Amino acid sequence: MACIEARGLRKAFGTTIALDGVNLRVEEGRIVGLIGPNGAGKSTALNAILGLTECQGELRVLGRDPWIERERLLRDVCFIADVAVLPRWMRVSQALDYVAGVHPRFDRAKAEALLAKTDVRRASKVRELSKGMVTQLHLALVMAIDAKLLVLDEPTLGLDLLYRKQFYDSLLNDYYDRSRTIFVTTHQVEDVQNVLTDLMFIQRGRIVLDCSMEDFESRYVEVMVHPEQVAAARALKPMHERQVIGRSILLYDLKLARSADHRQQLAALGDVRTPSIADLFVAVLGDKPGSNAGQTAGAAR
Amino acid sequence: MMNSPMNTQSNPVPESSLDSQQTATASMSETRPFYWSVRRELWENHSIYIALLAVASVYLIAFMISQIWLPNSMREIWMAHSMRESAALGPAATIVGLAMPYAHAGMLLMLIAFIVGIIYSLDALHGERKDRSILFWKSLPVSDLTTVLAKASIPLVVLPLLVFAVTVTLQQIMRLMSLAILTVNGTGAAALWARLPFFEMEVVLLYGVIVLALWHAPIYCWLLLVSGWAKRATLLWAVLPPLALAAVENIAFRTTYLGSMLKNRFLGFEEAAFNLVDKNGVSIDAHFIPLEALTPGRFLSSPGLWLGLVFAAACLAAAVRLRRYREPI
Repeated sequence: MACIEARGLRKAFGTTIALDGVNLRVEEGRIVGLIGPNGAGKSTALNAILGLTECQGELRVLGRDPWIERERLLRDVCFIADVAVLPRWMRVSQALDYVAGVHPRFDRAKAEALLAKTDVRRASKVRELSKGMVTQLHLALVMAIDAKLLVLDEPTLGLDLLYRKQFYDSLLNDYYDRSRTIFVTTHQVEDVQNVLTDLMFIQRGRIVLDCSMEDFESRYVEVMVHPEQVAAARALKPMHERQVIGRSILLYDLKLARSADHRQQLAALGDVRTPSIADLFVAVLGDKPGSNAGQTAGAAR
Repeated sequence: MMNSPMNTQSNPVPESSLDSQQTATASMSETRPFYWSVRRELWENHSIYIALLAVASVYLIAFMISQIWLPNSMREIWMAHSMRESAALGPAATIVGLAMPYAHAGMLLMLIAFIVGIIYSLDALHGERKDRSILFWKSLPVSDLTTVLAKASIPLVVLPLLVFAVTVTLQQIMRLMSLAILTVNGTGAAALWARLPFFEMEVVLLYGVIVLALWHAPIYCWLLLVSGWAKRATLLWAVLPPLALAAVENIAFRTTYLGSMLKNRFLGFEEAAFNLVDKNGVSIDAHFIPLEALTPGRFLSSPGLWLGLVFAAACLAAAVRLRRYREPI
């Protein structure tokens, strides 16, 4: 059974179209990153998955309709929607008491053990904690819930590098067990490059890229081309080209290549490497030539 | 996934016990979220009990100071009492004099609870949107119905019970204090003290607290609805539309039905729940209401009560529905 399955998901706020026929399928046990520019429809998609927004189209999360069966669904789904939504007046101990009181699958001992690794004191109020500590608390609460799906909406926004690293390390080491599914949106794509198993790009309410990270690595290559080879490199139809300190870096989608030895050809032109998610993001969704390429990539799926 | 069918066949016992466990969890999960939702309201809104306790403490201090004059005033009451008895006016007036500070304590605490209830209700579904914590509350398996009912239970159940408990405690402390002073002073008026029927007073207090909660339920529920709907200025949204409608009615049709209906919603409980005229047609002082003056039958059969409760239920239903769609503001 797919953990999340959406077909033709549409949502409009007045004349603004937030979701324009989103199709997606997330299998159990995956860590999926939904990446997109501001206003691309990420939060609306997440809200629909969590049953917080009513949408047109077909949507099933763990086999249920999230809008109709939200309360039942939330026993198996956890989410951190945005940062800093923990009530500021609450004490850490009260947060533990409350979640233990209302959530049948909350393991209090686990939450306490996770908190013991941090500087979060049980007697502190949320308003007294730093932003990083609030996130640690929220993550401890959520990770102690035995859920099938964890949804994270910009979970590390505004955190420093150390907290961000710790956040994903903790998620992978103490939570992820290959049967749970994690669905995350973030702008800090460099943090999740080695965390994700699947990658999706969303733009103007449509999914424009959907591939596994294995596919990502075998499919996209970036070549730092020797200056004298630029013309030859351009002839091989790159998706995107950018200049870095006088050198041209060209990004290719090998799936579009006609010959099988495309990779060897490229290696002869310069240094070949796997692009970062950020580079592909710019190539697919970036400025005008990028958005053309985005359509190509979308069509190529 | 592979294991579960095998389990069912080879080992049905643990499976069925698991089922019963799940049923237990399911039935338990109906009341537990409600209980914890009420508790969390009390965590967040200390003012609910702090206001009552603070006012009770201040009142007690004032009462303590007034006790300096107690022996004297008792002498006066005693004299008046003897004169009245000779004038065949009955002991009622004496009791009223004695009951006065106790009645004032109850009335004051009820007024404070009313104000606290109004402030609470206006913020209940608004504050959680303003501080974005609604995203956290909605991430847990607690239904909107449970949340709204838990919030409504604060002014409708928790505050009335608190008022009753605090008032009874306060009155008993006051009584012990007065008794001690009178005994030490030996004014001889202590005997008269026994005339104050405390049990009866507390029964009337409990009745009054319940009557008030039921009668004012539509006010609180209306405020809850507005707090779940308005993006800002909840107080204005709550107060101005009804007042404007009443004014329009008054100007356009020269009638005052709406205005008197609103007034009745605040003060009409007295007429419905109490009969403040004794059998001789003499009006009863509200500082000491005897049991005979309570009219629960009339109260429970008054259309005003039931219309109000229907309105309250409609407001709550609308608030539950609104909360499904509500996002942070």
